[in-house]
Amino acid sequence: MGSFKMPSLGSDMEDGTLVEWLKKPGDQVHRGDIVAVVETEKGAIEIEIFEDGQLDKLIVAPGTKVPVGTVLATLVGGETPTIEEPKPEIAPQLAAEPVRPMPTEIMPTAGTRQRVSPAARRLAEQGNIDLATVRGSGPDGAIVVADLAIEAKPVSTKTLPDLEPMRRAIAAAMSRSKREIPHYYLSHSIDVEKAQNWINRYNMERESADRLLFAVLLIKASALALRDYPEFNGFHEEGNFAPSAAIHVGLAIAIRGGGLAAPAIHDSDKLGLPALMAKMRDLIGRVRRGGFRSSEISDPTVTISSLGERGVEALLPVIYPPQVAILGFGTPLPKPWSVNGRIETRSIMTASLAADHRVSDGHRGALLLKRIDELLNTPEALQ
Amino acid sequence: MTEISYRDAMGAAIREAMIADPRVFLMGEDVGHYGGCYAVSKGLLEEFGPERIRDTPLSESAFTGAGIGAALGGMRPIVELMTCNFSLLALDQIMNNAATLRHMSGGQFNVPLVIRMATGGGRQLAAQHSHSLEGWYAHIPGIRVLAPATVEDARGMLGKALDDPDPVLIFENALLYNQTAEIVEPVSVDIDHAAVRREANHVSLITYGGSLGKTMEAAGKLEKDGIEAEVIDLRVLRPLDEATILKSVAKTRRAVVIDEGWRSGGIAGEIIARIVEGAFWELDAPPARVCSAEVPIPYARHLELAALPSIERIVSAARAVMGR
Repeated sequence: MGSFKMPSLGSDMEDGTLVEWLKKPGDQVHRGDIVAVVETEKGAIEIEIFEDGQLDKLIVAPGTKVPVGTVLATLVGGETPTIEEPKPEIAPQLAAEPVRPMPTEIMPTAGTRQRVSPAARRLAEQGNIDLATVRGSGPDGAIVVADLAIEAKPVSTKTLPDLEPMRRAIAAAMSRSKREIPHYYLSHSIDVEKAQNWINRYNMERESADRLLFAVLLIKASALALRDYPEFNGFHEEGNFAPSAAIHVGLAIAIRGGGLAAPAIHDSDKLGLPALMAKMRDLIGRVRRGGFRSSEISDPTVTISSLGERGVEALLPVIYPPQVAILGFGTPLPKPWSVNGRIETRSIMTASLAADHRVSDGHRGALLLKRIDELLNTPEALQ
Repeated sequence: MTEISYRDAMGAAIREAMIADPRVFLMGEDVGHYGGCYAVSKGLLEEFGPERIRDTPLSESAFTGAGIGAALGGMRPIVELMTCNFSLLALDQIMNNAATLRHMSGGQFNVPLVIRMATGGGRQLAAQHSHSLEGWYAHIPGIRVLAPATVEDARGMLGKALDDPDPVLIFENALLYNQTAEIVEPVSVDIDHAAVRREANHVSLITYGGSLGKTMEAAGKLEKDGIEAEVIDLRVLRPLDEATILKSVAKTRRAVVIDEGWRSGGIAGEIIARIVEGAFWELDAPPARVCSAEVPIPYARHLELAALPSIERIVSAARAVMGR
């Protein structure tokens, strides 16, 4: 018998709220299936299962906040890895799970439902307050607004994700980054006139749905360059760097109203430009709606932050731990540029790299940026 | 500042209207020679003569109908029905004629009629003289229903009612006539809005007319218990000033409606329905009602007091919605 647990979607995640079950007891599930939706500080995330089997029992009810590692559901059948566990001598029923603090109330008990006033219920939702931890002082012991001990916030529009938890998550990750990671920075001006002309010609021959954004070229060139510079792609954890064979570029996407997320485009180096474009479109849409998958959040091996068409000249990005590098691309601007000894107006983009000095040195970082420059100057080869 | 009684404030309002507009006249049972059953029109017959202060036979339907006809003919009649209990004899005229004619004539006729009547219990006059039927009238589209609860409103509402091109009913709780207060002339009030008579944050006590005084006293008692009660005087029962009610409840999250009418099918239920429709997500407790017991109002003193809303019942309802 296997179990489906609250996953860790980042080193800073301590708990998550189960929002919705997408499968029922008795459903067959396969590795990679989305089984549930979990609300974390990063927003609502669809959670995949990593085993095949049949869902047996849903243990945690929607709306419940549980620590990482809590068993959410049990599985039967399938290819559950059979690790021979030492036979417990006493109380075998207690030995199955690691000791984790369990929430006091998992399933609502029929007939003794905690009364919550409409106003308190709405406020608790807005403030992500677990009502199971609140004692009610209203009529019949109902939980009322005063019991929540926080000020009522103005009613937020339902469609926008709640940004406060995300702000806290960004604050925690970026503080840790600047505290622990000895950043070094490099920047390099790249003439992207050729790349832009190429993409303009490419788009002119196509319907608007098939057109590419310039950022796709940046992702592809970066991913290909990283193949030759593995010390910029992977995770630094517990004092050791583990390079990653796969290149999953995390794309920093701003969320309207504030905050950002950088979910992964899996195997960015292996995808063709149209496929990369489709992935990017899909991710941007889902990030802004708040519906990305758990693997997309925890998998990026490196991050790219591109300012797009309406940004400024350059940026000095901050590494997202446990990654070891982040590439920044400023807005291409027309500039006087020396071409074969003559001054011409060219479209110049500043590429920057922030990298972890524990893992790599500036010399290699410079070579990485030069390699990206070369690749962007042979755009036809990026297809 | 002059100290004046509710009775005299109402009389002064009639007198002022008679002087200001020759189309205004008063008619009803005993309004002339007797000076009005509650002495509101005392002295007016001498001042204005029998043409404009008219004693009528004991036939509410007939003289209310005459008032409607006079209004249609360009006059500005004030019809006094002794109490709302007897107004039922004129209900056909009020509902089927006064309230409907503008609608049925496609806007060609309007009925600028004011009907005043006493309401409420508490005077040991037994079941045929003690009921509170203003909530019933508030059910009828086409009329405006006023419930002056203060001397100031008694002084100011009549003039505004006469300015209204459509029928206006004024319910005067008979226990209020002796109440006095200092008012500043000229009084200027509207007949559209409820009034917040006491501002506070913990619970909204919503009432009108004869129950306002009890509710204010209850709020004072609650304050000693640490419960800060806001008091809303509805003033206008139709059309209801929903915005003021919802704004208050959105602030306090709790509501108790105090209404001398019966609970079943009454206006207190209507107000609570509006609160639940418009402010459900603001509520911290189920809204509560303090109404009259569902019996004909008794004659015996102790039974009558037990049947009507009391300060004690208001206090205990407010404590209950506070969870105390």
